[in-house]
Amino acid sequence: MRFHAPRQRAAVRTVTAVAAATVLLAVLAGCSLGGGEEESTPGSQRVVVATHGSWNMDRAVLRAFTEETGYRVQVKPAGDAGELTNKLVLTKNSPIADMVYGIDNTFVSRAAEEGVLAPHEPADAIGAELEPQDAEVAELVTPVDFSDVCLNVDDTWFAEEGLEPPSTYDDLADPRYEDLFVTPAPSTSSPGLAFLVGTIARYGDDGWEDYWQRLLDNGAKITSGWSDAYQVDFTAGGGGGDRPIVLSYASSPPFTVPEGGSEPTTSALLDTCTRQVEYAAVLEGAENPEGAQAFIDFMTTQRFQEALPENMYVYPADADVELPEEWAAHAPTAEQTWDLSESTVAENRDVWLQAWADLAQQ
Amino acid sequence: MSGRWRGRAGVAALAAVPLLALTVFFALPVAGMLARGFWVDGEFDPLGVLEVLSRSRVHRVLWFTVWSAGLATLVTLLLGLPVTFALYRLRLPGGRALRAFLVMPFVLPTVVVGVAFRTLLTPSGPLGFLGLDGTPAAIVAAMVFFNLAVVVRTVGGLWEHLDPRREQAAAALGATPWQVLRTVTLPALAPAVVAAASVVFLFCATAFGIVLTLGGLRYATVETEIYLLTTQFLDLQAAAALSILQLLVVTLLLYAAHRTRSRREHAVERASASSVARRARRGDLPVLVVTGAAVAFVATPLLTLVLGSLRVGDAWGLDHYRALGSAEGASARAGLLVPVTEALANSWRVAVDATLIAMTLGLLVAVVVSRRGRTPAERRTLAVLDSVFMLPLGVSAVTLGFGFLVTLDRPPLDLRTSPILVPIAQAMVALPLVVRTLTPVLRSIEPRQRQVAASLGAAPWRVLATVDLPVAWRPLLAATGFAFAVSLGEFGATSFLARPDRPTLPVVIYQLVSRPGADSFGMALAASVVLGVVTVTVLAVVERLRVGSVGGF
Repeated sequence: MRFHAPRQRAAVRTVTAVAAATVLLAVLAGCSLGGGEEESTPGSQRVVVATHGSWNMDRAVLRAFTEETGYRVQVKPAGDAGELTNKLVLTKNSPIADMVYGIDNTFVSRAAEEGVLAPHEPADAIGAELEPQDAEVAELVTPVDFSDVCLNVDDTWFAEEGLEPPSTYDDLADPRYEDLFVTPAPSTSSPGLAFLVGTIARYGDDGWEDYWQRLLDNGAKITSGWSDAYQVDFTAGGGGGDRPIVLSYASSPPFTVPEGGSEPTTSALLDTCTRQVEYAAVLEGAENPEGAQAFIDFMTTQRFQEALPENMYVYPADADVELPEEWAAHAPTAEQTWDLSESTVAENRDVWLQAWADLAQQ
Repeated sequence: MSGRWRGRAGVAALAAVPLLALTVFFALPVAGMLARGFWVDGEFDPLGVLEVLSRSRVHRVLWFTVWSAGLATLVTLLLGLPVTFALYRLRLPGGRALRAFLVMPFVLPTVVVGVAFRTLLTPSGPLGFLGLDGTPAAIVAAMVFFNLAVVVRTVGGLWEHLDPRREQAAAALGATPWQVLRTVTLPALAPAVVAAASVVFLFCATAFGIVLTLGGLRYATVETEIYLLTTQFLDLQAAAALSILQLLVVTLLLYAAHRTRSRREHAVERASASSVARRARRGDLPVLVVTGAAVAFVATPLLTLVLGSLRVGDAWGLDHYRALGSAEGASARAGLLVPVTEALANSWRVAVDATLIAMTLGLLVAVVVSRRGRTPAERRTLAVLDSVFMLPLGVSAVTLGFGFLVTLDRPPLDLRTSPILVPIAQAMVALPLVVRTLTPVLRSIEPRQRQVAASLGAAPWRVLATVDLPVAWRPLLAATGFAFAVSLGEFGATSFLARPDRPTLPVVIYQLVSRPGADSFGMALAASVVLGVVTVTVLAVVERLRVGSVGGF
């Protein structure tokens, strides 16, 4: 082994120089968090909102709130509705936020029972028909928006095949529609859970397992998440799958209006819908309860309500708010939905999911 | 005597910083979540946890986890070693680009890779005839896809400097190529191979998005069970039981890896990479075939992504790429708060921070654990230390994430709102990779070189700079690139730590995939391609950053 001491020393010097220069450049160029501007809003002027991963709101709308009240909104996404609820329950002694938005009617009872929520009644109440059926829970939460989870069909596919599209839950188990349906699982997806609730509302405690057995026997495909079902397996999704019936939302069809066209290529089956209501509530032990209340009040105003469809793909709780053109034309909501009370869902959810898993994983 | 004590104190001081980081950002949160499983309604109930472990479902889940991860590790090694040889020992046209290319899967968000795999494998897809959709084979294939880079890079760092003269001597003495490989090459590479295998196994055993997406819920691993139990059922007792199980399996694995490694770890003769690499010969054909197959295997799902990103309605075009740069039009319709390009800038900033943290901690750890203990007790301590830094790879991200929430919530550790948490979390993921890349290289340095330097009067830092650094320089760059890539691609922890007005690119891609409409899907694919290309470019540039004479003994 030869040892070139002088050459090495020179090399090391170069190495060190290059390394130092790189680090220095990276930092100087602002390629680091240290380079980004830091907001430091004192706690009393900040409202921290814990919400689900689909949160999305126009900056202009939030700026309007700040101008009106002086509070700044800081959003904290915490997974889907279930994960969000469980995080709030786990951190109840030292809340991660001042308020929560996005707990839905399948999880709201758990949050209420665990004492996570503090009562608040907004100044002008909207969406009275969306309030939880349980009066005690209704005192704690404010309905902000809803969405209808419904079966969607690819009309183009059915027209090409010359087959009448299905229209009811029962149709899905019909051999004519064998191997045509895909849905996300209730255990890993909140629309999936809404669908399960819908089938239980439709077939009752004694009948739903039998219905699901028929569905599975008819080749229903289960995926873990909504995007997987819609984007990969649905014939009208991004990936061009082979199943023309998918579980999605009443608001999905407008997104399938082709470029230059005027009609969507898919439609929602409005006899197969379950209503998912999303609530906002102040958290017990919040650092800034006044700010949280102010933001909840703001969420019920027209400014916020009319921004909901295009930002979060949900229908405003306030029925008087005008919908965007495409929604008004192609995304009607269901007149009748298959629902169960929040407390029934809360009491039985784990048992149902277990029973469902036993069926699906046979 | 006093010198040795000073040495030990030095080691302890070096180890203190990373140990502290590990305690605060790993041990504390995990312990916090476990405690909540053991204490039910204020009462200590260890039997409840034990009861969970006796459920037959738990046994089934454990068995599936172990065999799928084990098989995936084996396949990754069998595929990865020939590829490593071809890319690090043969002078191939475009070999350097291929090295960078193979890392691409590593940074792609699992949700996109899941979609890409399923698009290929779904009955109507191009590979639908294989009938793999929703089978364990698809899961294992995806695990191999993700982890090939780990083997290639971890082993490559050592292999490219392995002096070929031993092999030549063996061959001259009449050994067949197979005998040379078995008796000379593989034993010399064993430490790196074992290190790579244990990292791959840990990655596979804790893979979660990919199992959920490709398994169609029919298959559950310990990790997916913990996820469901924690996020959906809030059954913390059962989740704690499974986390304990996970820790147990990981500890056993690390112990086994350590035993295998320590028996084989020794200094190797090294040579400069340029003098080692040779032209491909006829006898290399099988290796080249395997390499070609591996590249094709990695390229196929990537190609689906690229094609999908170029598909605009019924025609082809760059519309989805154009949409990435603006907040109007398709971006607004997909409900993005910031244009994708801004998310990329955020990712970049976070990645720089994460890489600095991971490299600082990783270097400290590697320098400490690569020392040879003088007494058995010292050696044991170093071995334990070495394994401890691997633990974050083997423990559920869900447990860790929830643990952050329940333990780092009050002063002096109220970090839940701090923006620095994102790079820290990413650095914790990258740290084991950095350590595993550097340690085998540092251990392979003949300790007598250091002793010679020291006895000639060189100070410890001087020894490090003149003996260790020249050898470790390239692996150091490789590790930096790797850490950077990990950070760019990290999604799990980032998704719930990043602020929504400053999302990283993987978070935005996830948002795009979760929207209906062909536009947002196309944009998600385009953004993934951009993420992949940026990563590959960074890696290629980082690897070129070397000084010609360094490492040339």
